[in-house]
Amino acid sequence: MAEDIYQPIDQDIHSEPMILQMGPSHPATHGTVRFTLTMEGEKVIKCETEVGYLHRGFEKECEEATWTQVFPYTDRLNYVSPLLNNFGYALAVEKLLGIEVPERCDWIRTIMGELSRLSDHLTCIGAGGLELGAMTAFLYAIEGRELVWDLIEQVTGARLTVSYGRIGGLKDDLTPDFAERWAYTRKRLIEIHETTHKLLTRNRIFLDRMEGTGVITPEMGVSYGYTGVCLRSTGVAYDVRKDHPYFKYGEVDFDVPVGKHGDNMDRYLCRMEEVVQSIRIIDQCLEKMKPGPINTDDPRVALPNKEKVYNTIEGMISHFKIIFEGVQVPAGEVYSYTEGGNGELGFYIVSNGTGKPWKIHVRSPSLIVMGGIHKLFEGGLLADIIPTFDTINMIGGECDK
Amino acid sequence: MAKKLIDFVKKHFGDEVLDSHSRLGNDTVVVERKRLPEIIERLRDDDATQMNMLRAITCVDYLHREPRFEVVYILYSIAKKHMLTVRVVVSEDDCNVPTIEHLYGAAAWMEREVWDMYGVTFEGHPDLRRVLLYEEFEGHPLRKDYAKQASQPRVELLGKERDSVEEFNQYVKGKPSEGSRQA
Repeated sequence: MAEDIYQPIDQDIHSEPMILQMGPSHPATHGTVRFTLTMEGEKVIKCETEVGYLHRGFEKECEEATWTQVFPYTDRLNYVSPLLNNFGYALAVEKLLGIEVPERCDWIRTIMGELSRLSDHLTCIGAGGLELGAMTAFLYAIEGRELVWDLIEQVTGARLTVSYGRIGGLKDDLTPDFAERWAYTRKRLIEIHETTHKLLTRNRIFLDRMEGTGVITPEMGVSYGYTGVCLRSTGVAYDVRKDHPYFKYGEVDFDVPVGKHGDNMDRYLCRMEEVVQSIRIIDQCLEKMKPGPINTDDPRVALPNKEKVYNTIEGMISHFKIIFEGVQVPAGEVYSYTEGGNGELGFYIVSNGTGKPWKIHVRSPSLIVMGGIHKLFEGGLLADIIPTFDTINMIGGECDK
Repeated sequence: MAKKLIDFVKKHFGDEVLDSHSRLGNDTVVVERKRLPEIIERLRDDDATQMNMLRAITCVDYLHREPRFEVVYILYSIAKKHMLTVRVVVSEDDCNVPTIEHLYGAAAWMEREVWDMYGVTFEGHPDLRRVLLYEEFEGHPLRKDYAKQASQPRVELLGKERDSVEEFNQYVKGKPSEGSRQA
């Protein structure tokens, strides 16, 4: 008799693949992304990614602004590490102009860039913990980020949208008590780093969710243009800071951590190690840097000081022309690349010899990562998407331009 | 190292090279578009070059120049640490380039972005949809003759939730707007 009861149930079991919409405003897809998943039970067999919900026309806006007015727009690309974008863009324009910045400017750019990287990595690690239920780790990481942002605020005057870079220099020098404040922040950051290790790295739940999920192979990573931590976690030690040193990265000592498996755990561990390396870099920079000017004295680029602007006609004209017509960048094109918060941040800029860029293309690492993210999801479980999407560290502003 | 890569392309594809220069640390070759995938494949696979990473594909619109567009490919080798920019020129009337989607995983989205922003089509691309903008968007915003403040027509609300990408594509094919790809 029993068989007869079960027979219709067996026939009714739904075995076709199911379409599941994840996003655009799913709580785990921080940033606005939509995945159309084809599921077979709990398994993802196909993933279609849709981005662009945060598109603000970065490249189009840049073409209407002067070279200097682009800085505030770059802040809004990767808004967790805006300083890295500022400096990356400044470097590209300086290459096209053929100017050198003073030594102290390079040191400060290195320091502030690494501070930004700290904030980027801490946010990613903290949010990753949070999404897997580790609220405590999140609070510690965010405390660290707040300390870093306090330092950034002290120097730049803003916490998030800093606009601190300038063509040929910086907005301001470091504050006199920067080293002291850093010593305090540094101590606390190291404590937080240790605490995070204790909370997460050997946590059973965390390991089960992170190990062996979201795997990419080195070949696939390279083919899909992955850079930064996502590529290094597979064992390919490609880091622009090491391979093509810019600013003062050639003069400081630091290691490039690499992973083995290319899974979420390796990406997490690489980020944790990079936090230590960033602290090392800042320490060395503060030790080695010397007082000096922070802005180039090239009259094509540098604004004259206020005394000259108010008291001499040449100073006033020069100020007026740089502000209104913009810095005159010689015609040509250049691709300049730096190591951003989550990969190679490149700017391909074209000038037609006027004060406004003819074209700015940003090679945003997030967009390129999103182009291959289906490879990380397919074959895994639905639940694996949450840690994978976090460790990929996609930033909406940068991805959607 | 500067000239090595340019010489390599000239040696193997001499007839295809229209121009080459080395400026500001960027080596550039301008090539004919017909054999572009072949050139890039050779650069990727040859032991002397090993350009295994595609850094970027983008396009530049020189509005009043003929040919109007220039598609830019930036190739990099992780092992050899060298970079080469390959450019092809495309005119407005015949706005297409053969795809290199089969050579690099990253190329699929990069080409979609160029199509989205500039309207350059990539022949042979299996899924050339818009990537950052929505499918009903009219025109290609990064073209120089697209006004920054240009407004877009209001998109009709969908009768029902679209459940899959295929269904959505069917919907779009049913009523192609001016900017979207004709099926």
